Amino acid sequence: MKEIISKLNKAFESRIRLGIMSVMMVNDWVDFNTLKQLLDITDGNLASHLKALEDKGLIKMKKQFIGRKPRTSYQVSETGRNLFVQHIEALESLINNQ
Amino acid sequence: MDTNSKKIQDLKEIKDMMERSSRFLSLSGLSGISAGIIALIGAVIAYFIMDMGKIEYHPYFYLLQPLPFERILFPLLILGISVVILALGSALFFSWRKARKHDLSLWNHTTRRLLSHLFIPLITGVFFILILIDRNDETLVASATLIFYGLALVNAGKYTFGEIHYLGISEIILGILAGIFVHYGLIFWTIGFGVLHILYGFVMYYRYER
Repeated sequence: MKEIISKLNKAFESRIRLGIMSVMMVNDWVDFNTLKQLLDITDGNLASHLKALEDKGLIKMKKQFIGRKPRTSYQVSETGRNLFVQHIEALESLINNQ
Repeated sequence: MDTNSKKIQDLKEIKDMMERSSRFLSLSGLSGISAGIIALIGAVIAYFIMDMGKIEYHPYFYLLQPLPFERILFPLLILGISVVILALGSALFFSWRKARKHDLSLWNHTTRRLLSHLFIPLITGVFFILILIDRNDETLVASATLIFYGLALVNAGKYTFGEIHYLGISEIILGILAGIFVHYGLIFWTIGFGVLHILYGFVMYYRYER
């Protein structure tokens, strides 16, 4: 039991981070505005969660210019993918154990 | 217990977000039903146009008169284009209504992905059929439309409801049959674009929208 709980990752505890990771698991590069639209949150709120995930090395960021407009896109990193899968598996086994 | 229900809620949200961000979920069963009904009406009109072509066909003056198919080709093309526009329009209307009801935006990255995967085989098909008509080789037109439409649906099916994949497979099978039984082209067309759309429309409507 203890071992399972240790696999629940604190980084994914917030609803918004769970949402961000879920979107990235099934899409390749996702741009900021798409994420904002999907999660229905403010720029600042989204940016701070993305920054936190990026600092932990769970997602990667790239900036491009489309014409003159900058576009920031994000992609899940290998570590992020593995940890998120573990997190989901831990959630599932905790539910099944109770 | 309380934390358990939170975990279930978490998992539900993960699944929901994965679905919402990767699939086009605004496609409505009603879109299929309306497109199917429009196709059925179009098929009836096509039947009468082709029948008229037969009545005016005089084998005696064969060389003096233009071939019947060439005379009915233009009305049939106009009919075909109108049916496609009306069917797409009605499909769009019901998708827009469903998107509004579920508070989703109709135009997002899932829409773009769905359309690009749908239109590559579809436009290829349009060019191929124009080549067939240009070569006076219209026996395989019905077969080719069904096959290319089916391929387009199979290709786009990954990005929307799974039923679309099976609708595509059904259209491909009908297209192959239409190629074997070339004289029944209109019947296969009617089944493929009319009956199947209505059938799948009902299935999707009952599964997801009630």
